Amino acid sequence: MTVRVLLPRLLADCTGGRTSMSLDLPADVTVRALLDVLAVEHPVFDRRVRDETGALRRHVNVYVDGEEVRRLAGLVTPVPAGAEVMVVQSVAGG
Amino acid sequence: MATTLLAIGTRKGLWLATSEDRRDWSLSAPHFLMTEVPSIGIDTRDGRRRLMVGVRSEHFGPTVLHSDDLGETWDEPAGGAIGFPADTGAAVERIWQLQPDSADRPGVVWAGCEPISVWRSDDGGEHFELCRGLWDHPHRAEWGAGYGGAAAHSVVPGPEGTVHVAMSTGGVYRTRDGGGSWQPRNSGISAYFMPGPTPEFGQCVHKIARDAADPRRLYAQNHHGVYRSDDDGDSWTSISDGLPSDFGFAMLADPRRGGRIWVVPLVADGERIPPGGELAVHRSDDAGATWRRLATGLPTHEYNAVLRDAACVDVGDPVGVYVGTRGGEVYASADEGESFRTVASHLPDVLCVRAAVLP
Repeated sequence: MTVRVLLPRLLADCTGGRTSMSLDLPADVTVRALLDVLAVEHPVFDRRVRDETGALRRHVNVYVDGEEVRRLAGLVTPVPAGAEVMVVQSVAGG
Repeated sequence: MATTLLAIGTRKGLWLATSEDRRDWSLSAPHFLMTEVPSIGIDTRDGRRRLMVGVRSEHFGPTVLHSDDLGETWDEPAGGAIGFPADTGAAVERIWQLQPDSADRPGVVWAGCEPISVWRSDDGGEHFELCRGLWDHPHRAEWGAGYGGAAAHSVVPGPEGTVHVAMSTGGVYRTRDGGGSWQPRNSGISAYFMPGPTPEFGQCVHKIARDAADPRRLYAQNHHGVYRSDDDGDSWTSISDGLPSDFGFAMLADPRRGGRIWVVPLVADGERIPPGGELAVHRSDDAGATWRRLATGLPTHEYNAVLRDAACVDVGDPVGVYVGTRGGEVYASADEGESFRTVASHLPDVLCVRAAVLP
């Protein structure tokens, strides 16, 4: 299945300048598995988004079709075929 | 004269200042803008010009980067320079300290982090390994958090495998086997904020420094209390007489001359401003027996604190002294603190400064 991924512009230097991409993934994939796929090619991006325990950083949000995954099942939230997954920094700091 | 580099880490980026005479400074554009830079290490051993920074994004976490071209380019390993092993279940929150070891151990760099942990690199700061001896210490569950977080904020390497660390809160710990085993070394240091007799550990030591001439002599700026140890940290005695306050964060030792130290007093833990609203450093030339106030060139109207790593010395002759405030002002002295000149103004809060005479 194909999933559209939108990435934060602030991390473009970790993703070869890309802020969006389409990924071919197996069916029944989770957000965690999607991030694992991204991490293979973009390991620095992954460290910016997840800490070394694998947890999503506190001020990074992931939306699956507009729903923030912390309100769903967190990193084991399913990603359906054709979904749009957006990784974005939260409103924080000053 | 050789070029001196002054690296300034702030809440919102890193600035690099350079000078040929330590009087007139050129300030770079910001590096890592909008990213906190709480730790800097400058490694000039073996003719290197390596700059290491522990940066932390509020969104994207902490990392260690290094530059061998004075900030023209920055590198980090893809897998990261520092990260807890999986079995710990922990994650690095902030890198508080990046400290090159002595000249006879040219590849060794130490890091101190939040949560309280000490790390050792044997490849010049590109990869760090957790010191398990301290992480697995039976006291760890009882260490607390200072206002800034629970961190090993001071790592002071010494001769023959000796390293002293200071943590908030936990106090001073010492290893004599290069980091394998650690013992608390706080005898004589106050912990007024804890009930009962002074504990073996749990003190809120803000900064420690080692004497240049006698490596068994150490100095400590405590959360109220200024101390000296003449026995490698086994016992501490007060050297605060003659200071306007025994509170502050910084403790600097002269790298060339034994017995010379600088502190930057603040009024009290409940009043973290320079005494009288006038910024001054205080220097002792006799290991804390007497103190002299030095304020020439420093502001007479200053209500910002100087944080624990926002003061440093270089190894120039005479030694340079550098102070940065939470108001974003940075001052440099080319004459051991006798007089200061402004290096930078209106920066974000200064978290750390490090200076080196470049090879």
